[in-house]
Amino acid sequence: MSEQEISPEQLELERRGIFLTTVEGLYNWGRRSSMWPMMFGLACCAIEMIATGAPRFDLARFGSELFRASPRQADVMIVAGTVTKKMAPLVVRLYNQMPEPRYVVAMGACAISGGPFREGYAVVRGVDRYIPVDVYIPGCPPRPESLLHGWMTLQRLIDHQRLKDVPWYGKDGNTRERPIPLYGAHDLELPEER
Amino acid sequence: MTDAEWIALRDRMARALPAGAFEEGPADGVIHVQPRSLLYVGRYLLETEGFDYLSNVTGVDWLAEGEFEVVYHLYAMRRGARIARGEDPGGPLGPLVLKVRVPRERPVVPSVTSLWPSALWQEREVYDLMGIRFEGHPDLRRIYLWDEYEDHPLRKDYAPKED
Repeated sequence: MSEQEISPEQLELERRGIFLTTVEGLYNWGRRSSMWPMMFGLACCAIEMIATGAPRFDLARFGSELFRASPRQADVMIVAGTVTKKMAPLVVRLYNQMPEPRYVVAMGACAISGGPFREGYAVVRGVDRYIPVDVYIPGCPPRPESLLHGWMTLQRLIDHQRLKDVPWYGKDGNTRERPIPLYGAHDLELPEER
Repeated sequence: MTDAEWIALRDRMARALPAGAFEEGPADGVIHVQPRSLLYVGRYLLETEGFDYLSNVTGVDWLAEGEFEVVYHLYAMRRGARIARGEDPGGPLGPLVLKVRVPRERPVVPSVTSLWPSALWQEREVYDLMGIRFEGHPDLRRIYLWDEYEDHPLRKDYAPKED
């Protein structure tokens, strides 16, 4: 369960076979135990991501074996690899198509900062310029153990979320749609902020 | 290509082609061609010498000399032409390297797509990254970068946008 304090009264009840929890704790436990990643990879990091999903490293232990081929059914976007400027608008569009609550994991040096291609003309210098990133996993590429560690970090992050604080919950829910960069004459350009 | 093959090919070319159509390059298997005689020399190499495979087209930016260079790598994969001449067929013959130089101010080279269709995408790549235009190419669009892009990033005077 989540890393919440368990009171002596609750422990006593649990000894007698009565289990208590909070709605929030149960809700977060359910969410973090079945995070479905989106099935997409951009470069060599995707190979490590696939290895993580395979039986040897077994992402299914975390309830995340179901890589969804549609952004509308995915909870987590693993940006696994080099985000080229030509690809960036499509990545943002996929992010916008994911339902809330949604999370983004930047996997590898390229997704974090552009990596070895940072000084070049074709690669975005970090995907967090266009979409909000929750967990950064360094490495080139990160081994499956690193991705699993990042996964557990994300689970811990979800455990600590409070329903009254999260921006996407309730009738004032903010969908946090991100502006899609446009192909410009010399570089990607953001549309004018509304 | 062995020394003997190169010397034989060079001598045949010197006999068959008019003077000035090509010049020998700095190394074996390299010839320099003027842009206006590129298609003529190419047609001879394809139809008479059997260089039926264009494996590579690339560009070089000689910034200090104010010139662009387009480099073609040719191979003769079919052995029929050599068997007909009574030569040892051996393996594929090549590479034969063709080099064409054009001024940077007006970088236009005739397209060899009519001789070797494999030039279609490779000339688009050279156009995309170096900005060399290929006259007679049926579909000269950018191949990697987006259509709205205006720069040619593999030119030596290209400076990436700071941010």
